[in-house]
Order: sequence, then structure tokens, then C-alpha cells
Amino acid sequence: MSLLDFFYRNRAEIWMLTLEHLWLVGLSMLLAVAIGVPLGVLITRKASLNKPILGSANVIQTIPSLALFGFLMPLPWLGARADRLAIAALTGYALLPVIRNTYTGIMGVDPGVREAARGMGLTDWQLLWHVELPLALGVILAGVRVATVITVGIATIAAAIGAGGLGEFIFRGLAMVDNRVILAGAIPAALMALAADFFLGWAGRRLVPASK
Amino acid sequence: MIEFRNVRYSADRQRDVLLNLNLKVEVGETLVLVGRSGCGKTTTLKMINRLLDPSEGQILVEGRPVRDWDPIRLRRRIGYVIQEVGLFPHFTIERNIGLLPQLEGWPPERRRQRVDELLQMVSLDPAEFRGRYPRELSGGQRQRVGVARALAADPPILLMDEPFGALDPLTRAEIQRGFLALQKRLRKTIVFVTHDIREALVVGTRIALLEAGKLVGTYSRTAFLNSTDPAVAAYRDVLRTGDGATES
Repeated sequence: MSLLDFFYRNRAEIWMLTLEHLWLVGLSMLLAVAIGVPLGVLITRKASLNKPILGSANVIQTIPSLALFGFLMPLPWLGARADRLAIAALTGYALLPVIRNTYTGIMGVDPGVREAARGMGLTDWQLLWHVELPLALGVILAGVRVATVITVGIATIAAAIGAGGLGEFIFRGLAMVDNRVILAGAIPAALMALAADFFLGWAGRRLVPASK
Repeated sequence: MIEFRNVRYSADRQRDVLLNLNLKVEVGETLVLVGRSGCGKTTTLKMINRLLDPSEGQILVEGRPVRDWDPIRLRRRIGYVIQEVGLFPHFTIERNIGLLPQLEGWPPERRRQRVDELLQMVSLDPAEFRGRYPRELSGGQRQRVGVARALAADPPILLMDEPFGALDPLTRAEIQRGFLALQKRLRKTIVFVTHDIREALVVGTRIALLEAGKLVGTYSRTAFLNSTDPAVAAYRDVLRTGDGATES
């Protein structure tokens, strides 16, 4: 059976695992942004937290993914279900690019603009909302883009702990020594990463008209 | 209107940037702070709108110590114009000027009128400029917008920190003239920082000379030109030899 035939015959399962994969990536990215952007903003306000927060995110990223899954497994609520564990780990991996880019993006705002805004009487929230975040958006989105592509990749390993996703095919194919099965997982995953990169790049260009 | 009482400012424990400053700014006057780079004039300015707080002493605005003011409310009663201008690059000129009125809750129609009014005041055609972005404007135009923005909520006080310093001599002269005409109309209380003595004599009603963090004295234009004080004489010499700007 050719590869294309194999894909067609198993299209239901491929589709289901793709959706599972999207779910893992989507939820993790949502959490990473919801946690990472505020943390990034926080360290622009409190320089003393810079090292601890960026440092922690960096440490998480340095831990090999399979090892991180292993570390989280004994934990009470998180370790109980494979998908919770996977999402926690994936969120952890996505944090560093998001936090760091939020920080860099905001710090990159022209100091003259910031000084004029403060001198005008903008409160800190108004400064953040009207000036800093809009101007930092491009850089933040770039961080989200990098984080998403990384997450799509690491999510394939989630299958090793039973969290599902396209990694299922990859591991199954390795066990069965069947290339078609491996590719049934690898190709959609690769396509997903490319599509995410492309789409987020496009969205970035649309949302951020050259505001330099 | 604005008063400094025994103000001292030191950034780190070592050096006093400003020492024993006692100064009054009267309503409606344009007080120019002149002095070398590093003499403390920008520091003095920034203590008025609490971008900096003094190490010792008191600053009063409209009779109240600035420490008793809510910093946000204080700054909204004071227009602030800086050399870099700092226009918001992602906003049109209209939104730039209208931001403060918007935050103060002005209805859109009133904001629009105010923006047009201000653009005309700084000699920029509203129809042509209100929809443009800062990057499309020349340096002189940008600074005019900066002044318009500072005047948006009609504050009684204006602080200007070397506002025309980045402009070429011709544009600078033009904008100084426009500024004088505007000041005659609006009669704001203005504190203007510059190191250009010639500019000080053009725009100021009174000149305060600062040297190494100390106030040497305040002078009317004629008094400045006739003073026997050696510090003042040094500035007059510069005027005579030509270029009024000590460095650019």
C-alpha cells in the first residue's frame, strides 16, 4: 500500500489525533500567553524580579522534555492525568519566549515616548494599555510564534506518556517498525508547525503596520 | 504659581545636583532656566511635575506642596514638552493630541474641535495634518504637534525641556517666533530649559541662571544684559563672539 493510500485509509484516526494535538498546543499556548505576558510586564516594572523569573523560565526550557514529563508525574493533581501533565509541561516550555519577548518589546519602546507619556499624566495602566503594549505587539507576537512552533514539536513527545496527539503514530510506528505509521504522525505534525509559523507571521504583519 | 523652597537634590549619595534652591515662578511669566549641561536645570524642571522628587525642601505648585498633589492630577495640569518630542508613533496626529482629552472623558466632538483649534494655533493645517502619522512629519512639524499636545487639556502651566534643541537654526527661529506669538495669546506660566543663551533672551520674560546646582540669580532681559556678575558676563561674552549655543 502506498503512503497516500495508507493516509486515506486511516484518515479518521489521523484527523482525530490531529485535533488532539491541536487541543494540546492550543490550550498550552493560551495558558502560556495568559501567564507569560503579565509576567513579562511585571519584570518591566520590577527589575529585581527580572533574574528570578527569566531564570526559572530558562531552567524549565533547558530540561529535556521527556525528563520534564517524568518530573511532573508524581505531582498530585497534575500527574493524575496524562493530558493535564502534558499541558502543564508544554505551557512551561512556551513561557520563556513569551515572557522574554514581552519584556524586550516593552523595554524597546522609545524612551522619549515613555517620558512624554508619563509627563502627560498617564497612569501606569494607561501607559501600558495605550502606548507600551501596542508598540510592543510585534515583538510579543514574534515570541508567541516561536513558542507555538516549539510547542507543536514537543507535543509529539506527549504521546510517550499517553497524552495523545500525533506523537501516538510516531511511537506506534517506531514500535511496529512501520514507516507509514511514523509518517502518518510526523507529516501532519510538521505541516502543523509550518502552518502555525506561517499564519502567525501573517497575523503579525497584519496587526502591526510598520509603527516605527 | 510655582515655588522652590530650600530644595536639594542628589541622585546618589555623593554629589548634590541641586543645592539650596529658592525660586519663584510668577503667573503668566516665561521663566528660562539657563546654564551649562549638568547644572541641574532639567532636574529642577522635573521636580515640578514630580518626575523627580527632591532630597530635601519643598516645591509648591498653585500654593500646594507637590507632595500633597496626586501625581497624575498634577501632571494633567501641566503641559510637558521635551526635546525628543515623544509623539506616539502608532497614533495619528489627531489621536496624539486628543489622547489626554480622551482620557479626561471629553466627548468626541469636543475633542475634534480642540484638535483642530490647537493645530491652527501652531500653524499646521488641520485638514492636512490630523490624519497623518508622526513619521511623515518633519522635525519642526513634530515639535509643533508636541506643543499642541501639551496644550490639549488647556493646562495653566507648561514645562519645556530644550524643546527646540534638535531643530536646525532656521526652523528653530521660526518656531521660536510662533511660540512667542502663542504665549502672547495664551499667557501660560512657562518654565523653559535651554542652554542656548540667545534662545533664552528671545523667549524668556525672566532668566534664571544656574551654575553647578546653585542659582546664581534671576534677571529680566535688560538686567541680564547689564549685569556685572562674572557668571552672567561670561554668557554675554559668548553672545558677542557669535554662536549663542555653547554646544549642540
